[in-house]
Amino acid sequence: MAGIELTGLSTVYPNGVRAVDDLDLSITDGEFFALLGPSGCGKTTLLRTIAGLEQSSSGTVLIDGADVTRLEAGRRQVAMVFQDYALFPHMTVAENIAYPLRVRRATKQARQEAAVRTSGGLGLGTLLERRPAQLSGGQQQRVALARAIAMEAEVLLLDEPLSNLDARLRLEARTFLKRLQRELGMTTVFVTHDQAEALALADRIAVMSEGRIRQVGSPKEVFQRPRDTFVANFIGSTPMNLLSAIVREGHLEVAGTRLPLPPGVQLTDDTAVTVGIRPEYLRVDGGGEGITGTVSIVENLGVTSLVTLECPDGALVGLTVPEQDEPAVGTTLTAAPEPGRLLLYDGETGVLLGS
Amino acid sequence: MTTRQMLRRTGYVAFMAVVLAFFAVPMLWLASAPFDSDPGIGLRWPDWTLANWETTFNHPYALGSLVNSIVLCVVATAVTTVLATLAAYALSRVRIPGRDALLYVLLLLSSVVTGTAAMVPIFVMMFQLGLINSQYATGLVIAGGMLPAAIFILKDFVDSVPRSYEESARVFGASPTQVLLHVVLPVARPGIATILVWAFVQAWGNFLLPFLLLRDVSQQPAAVLLRTLKDEGGSANLTVIPVFSLLYAVPVVALYLFVSKRYGFRFHGGIKA
Amino acid sequence: MASRDTAGLGVGRAVAFVSPALLLIGVFLVFPALWTIYIGITDYALTGPSSVAPSVVGLDNFVEALDDALFTNALWLTVVFVLGSAVIGQNLLGFALAWLLRGARPALRRVVEGLVLLSWILPSVVVAYLWIAVLDRDGGTLGALLGSPGTAWLVEYPMASLVIFNTWRGTAFSMMLYGSALAAVPPSQLETARTVGASGWQTVRDVVFPHIRGHVLTNTLLISLWTANDFTPFLLTAGGPNHESETLPIFIYQQAIASGRLGYAAAISVLLLLVNLVVAALYLLLLRRRS
Repeated sequence: MAGIELTGLSTVYPNGVRAVDDLDLSITDGEFFALLGPSGCGKTTLLRTIAGLEQSSSGTVLIDGADVTRLEAGRRQVAMVFQDYALFPHMTVAENIAYPLRVRRATKQARQEAAVRTSGGLGLGTLLERRPAQLSGGQQQRVALARAIAMEAEVLLLDEPLSNLDARLRLEARTFLKRLQRELGMTTVFVTHDQAEALALADRIAVMSEGRIRQVGSPKEVFQRPRDTFVANFIGSTPMNLLSAIVREGHLEVAGTRLPLPPGVQLTDDTAVTVGIRPEYLRVDGGGEGITGTVSIVENLGVTSLVTLECPDGALVGLTVPEQDEPAVGTTLTAAPEPGRLLLYDGETGVLLGS
Repeated sequence: MTTRQMLRRTGYVAFMAVVLAFFAVPMLWLASAPFDSDPGIGLRWPDWTLANWETTFNHPYALGSLVNSIVLCVVATAVTTVLATLAAYALSRVRIPGRDALLYVLLLLSSVVTGTAAMVPIFVMMFQLGLINSQYATGLVIAGGMLPAAIFILKDFVDSVPRSYEESARVFGASPTQVLLHVVLPVARPGIATILVWAFVQAWGNFLLPFLLLRDVSQQPAAVLLRTLKDEGGSANLTVIPVFSLLYAVPVVALYLFVSKRYGFRFHGGIKA
Repeated sequence: MASRDTAGLGVGRAVAFVSPALLLIGVFLVFPALWTIYIGITDYALTGPSSVAPSVVGLDNFVEALDDALFTNALWLTVVFVLGSAVIGQNLLGFALAWLLRGARPALRRVVEGLVLLSWILPSVVVAYLWIAVLDRDGGTLGALLGSPGTAWLVEYPMASLVIFNTWRGTAFSMMLYGSALAAVPPSQLETARTVGASGWQTVRDVVFPHIRGHVLTNTLLISLWTANDFTPFLLTAGGPNHESETLPIFIYQQAIASGRLGYAAAISVLLLLVNLVVAALYLLLLRRRS
């Protein structure tokens, strides 16, 4: 039905900043898709370009196979929920929800019916006569969603959908959003700077920086095999260990110890690489070849604890251990990577090797 | 309480009493003279009567001048509000080349070209165009003088309205006209109402321009008539002046009370009301 | 990013929205201001031969002004009026009220603020009658209060009366401006001054003034500009007696309309416009530097 196809898209601002830089992306029908990246990476510009609120400097936007690049916002069958929800303060909830129909000059009755129908599924049935200012943050978000749904568009765009909610409400809204998207089956693209949000919600994620896409993949792929050190750094609640290493005699010299090269990787001696290993994938079993260091800091994360090892060469390595196995500060530990979890990145370009 | 504190307290009370008297005493005349059977220039406890009101209503020009005031104000206020709203919206939302310079020039103009400094050319211009004694033309002149400040205040106001409102409406398919009618105007209503009241009060109180441009007594607004009220003997008509002053002042005070109650008294720097 | 055309208006429509307002401003504000300069170098008059065919006389009008005792008189009176009623009167009273009303009981505060505001918003013609009632010779309120009727204040002390009147008339603006400026002074700093035992005057000088210095300057510029252009004195004294209260606006009016010397009056207007321009430009400069 309604996939989105972006080809060679660039947005250059008058001051010369390339907010989006020659970008290709294809989003399939019914997908829940995340645009993830730090602020200023161009993700919001990209979303607004899909909505038609911004004109790209070059490239094309296809929605459902039709070229909409020069089509105005509102003629593209794209609905959008803004970060601040943009609920019209002078209209009631019902009027807000039915606004897309008012634009198309639907009858008063049709508008009322649409408001009732759409609001019911979102638990807003009793709030129809209220004004936005009288609603909680979560309710406001649902009204904004209802209004977008009432448009009966092919594509739904969400700009930072959870950022305006407080921490506890955010988890609730996350679950709600995911269920809603499943039920609607609508192609949905959302922008976020929060990697946990992207991992939890999306079917696929595009990680962006400086107007370009660094990696597109499922949450699993992006988390387990980041395509470069930028993505590796950005994804994950505890940062991935990135240690510089040298290849010697088929081994890696890293953090004062020697680790075997992962299977399937051929590297000549003296090659400089970066070893990437997530704290979650390091095990303290005593056995196997691992990284040895002194426990310098222990941070309790609830179920697990984050342990920071100080290695003989000064490198700091983080690993998580079950909370009941928390080591004492000052003890010496050896942490071995789980098989297949150790990643190697090119020492200069930071690109994943052997992928 | 120490002596020092007592002295300070006494000084404070005395100062406030003097200030209150200073500001209140001139006003009392407006409360007493209209109802006094023998209204004088000075303040005294009135000998209550409503006869002055009857005389005023029977005055050949008094009520007519109030109607003239309304006509003049409606023209000036409507033109100012509509044109300033359109201009402020466009200037706030679209980057027209030279916009910032234009805004600065507007702000300069509003304070530099005052009615007093420009009275000669305005008088000459209207004189040569044969527009002396035209209420509509006078209304337009007043509007021209109020527009820069009105645009400036309204632009500030529109700037504070989130752009996501309009973008949202656009995404739902609204045309520029629909965006303006459905979203921008309703959301900007407090700002527009402020300008409306401000412009009305300004035009209502304006003396110099109608005094210069409306020479025919049947065209003159209340501000000018009140100034020239004379009785048969040629001295100030003290029966009509107090009542008429009150009638003429009440709308201004009422509008202020309305605005400050409805929208809170907002303080716009640089605006003289 | 603020430059994006978020309204979807387009430059063409935007220009169409702005044009009517600019047209009106151009015709009734910009053109008159520029035309003043031209009229100012002619001998244009309301009646007589030069009303039909005015001739360019160059800078004669300006040269004449320097020699005109009435003009220098008007200039001097305007300076007195601005210094006395705006720079000193409104400024000091406005600040004093803003400062003293901070801690006042809400009822007192509302009454005082209400009265001060009322004197500001009433139409000038009404206000003029109110003060004529106060200052008149026969049965004026001030005479009655002082128990010495028979003093025609507006005739005997015209400038002093106008200065007092205009202080009464315009204090509201300074009071409100200083009120909002004082609200922005961090309370912790005022409390610090109190804990180290600073007197009221020391607190104002050392803590408050550094915070509101910019406001004092902009306020003084604005009220000076308005006062110099104020036509209300005309309603009280009409410049009399014998030019003793003829400030520049009244002088211009008398020359232009009463004497019909439009060219000469325009030349004086040009001078007033120039002073306005300098003051307003200073004001904008300060505003810009602060933001």
